[in-house]
Amino acid sequence: MDKEKVLELAKLSRISISDEEAESLSHEFESILNYVSEVKEVSNSPRKDLGEFETRNVMREDNAGHESGIYTEKILNEAPARQDNFIKVKKIL
Amino acid sequence: MTPEEIKIKDKDIHAFLEVFDDAKSEGDGPLSGKTIAIKDNIMFAEHKVSAGSKILENFIAPYDATVIRKLKEAGALIVGRTNCDEFAMGSSTENSAYGVTRNPYDLERIAGGSSGGSAAVVAAGMVDMALGSDTGGSIRQPAALCGVVGLKPTYGRVSRSGLIAMSSSFDQIGPFAKTVSLVETLYNVIKGQDPMDSTTISDGTYPTIKKFSKTIGIPKNFVESEGVSVEVRKNFAEAVERFRLLGYEIKEIDLPNLKYSLPVYYIIMPAEVSSNLARFDGVKYGMHKDGENGIDDYFQTRGAGFGQEVRRRIILGTYVLSTGYYDEYYGKAVEARHLITKELRELFEKVDIMLTPTTPSPAWKVGEKSNDPLGMYLEDIFTVHANISGCPAISLPSGFVGDSSGNTTSLPLGIELTADLGREDNLFVAGKDFLNETH
Repeated sequence: MDKEKVLELAKLSRISISDEEAESLSHEFESILNYVSEVKEVSNSPRKDLGEFETRNVMREDNAGHESGIYTEKILNEAPARQDNFIKVKKIL
Repeated sequence: MTPEEIKIKDKDIHAFLEVFDDAKSEGDGPLSGKTIAIKDNIMFAEHKVSAGSKILENFIAPYDATVIRKLKEAGALIVGRTNCDEFAMGSSTENSAYGVTRNPYDLERIAGGSSGGSAAVVAAGMVDMALGSDTGGSIRQPAALCGVVGLKPTYGRVSRSGLIAMSSSFDQIGPFAKTVSLVETLYNVIKGQDPMDSTTISDGTYPTIKKFSKTIGIPKNFVESEGVSVEVRKNFAEAVERFRLLGYEIKEIDLPNLKYSLPVYYIIMPAEVSSNLARFDGVKYGMHKDGENGIDDYFQTRGAGFGQEVRRRIILGTYVLSTGYYDEYYGKAVEARHLITKELRELFEKVDIMLTPTTPSPAWKVGEKSNDPLGMYLEDIFTVHANISGCPAISLPSGFVGDSSGNTTSLPLGIELTADLGREDNLFVAGKDFLNETH
């Protein structure tokens, strides 16, 4: 993996990183990926043997969890920018 | 200890990020009169919770985690929040944005991580007990390195409502204390199905099939892996002998896929981290750093707010999930995860407990592994299988050793007991036997 690849991944991750960090990450990723690549040796087992691990969805009724508005102030107060009962962001278009 | 006494005691250790001056006990129950500390990634309403990160430096929890509600009802006195690696990512608390926690047994050394603060406050006697979270060993490893008891319950046993998520298919909250009995008491308070966490299990999810028969399996090849220190091997052999003298039957076992646990973990965990931490965008809550436009705000906020290890794992996770590499890494890791789980569950038809060391070495010196991320990851070798399979596991103090350079310093070590899904009861029975506690 080279520096350019790391910068591209950082862009996908929406993280600003320096060229030096990208360079050093590229070397670290080489050794980490080399190590975790051991999983490729694991022989494929047919999924039918592993039925007990099938995931299932957990559903619930779409009810109101709590009285309307009781958390509004607490949650909006955590927003970096606020206007009335809205979170304020920069113009997109 | 009073808040003032705790602050004095903690000056050199730095296990607390905050000692609450207004702590009061609200309920009355099995934890009445007991003091407890909570890891800085568990929400306690009206109190700061930062997950050891700059990006949440001044975040105030808007509600109580389910475990906090249960602690209050049980009468516990919540005295403070403890230091941890940023978003629980690390094995030494050196990744905390607020400084490292030092080992109460040797202040030059790390206390382990990521729940290093919770282990250290119990070891130093500042509180009776503590809560941590365990994603790949983050309760058991610091418990071992600080000489206390630490439990990772079965996946789904304890509600994670109000826990700041790291890797959702592994994360679990669990207790620290000096005895198995107190760990069990705290576990009984915090466990239980919760409508606020759909991954929680009921008492009937894993029916008890095998009765406890005092049998222990030891994966000999795995325990003797490269990188396991001489001190740990010797200490482990003594622990095995102790179980034998207590009347346990010891069986040598071979789990051929167990060695893939760590590679599996370091693929699936960063993948989940990259997804879970997408929520930190500088818009809804937490730190905001202004950029040139809306999109650039994300880049600047996340670049400045996340520490080095968090950035590393998010970017690595983005890679293993990206088109062209998904099948090669994530897909393979999920297959291997199933195989490891299957092997472990089949093992527990034959033995009650699998016994290993908790860590491959005693506590290392602060800074010793800071520039070696892979070396740090290898410290998790004996703990990640429990998170991969969901099985419960406990670390018990197993004595003191010197370090490999022959220093006379006495450093704690731990052994780890893993049981079948839902069988925390076996861990408590064998743990009390080992530590000579009354049943």
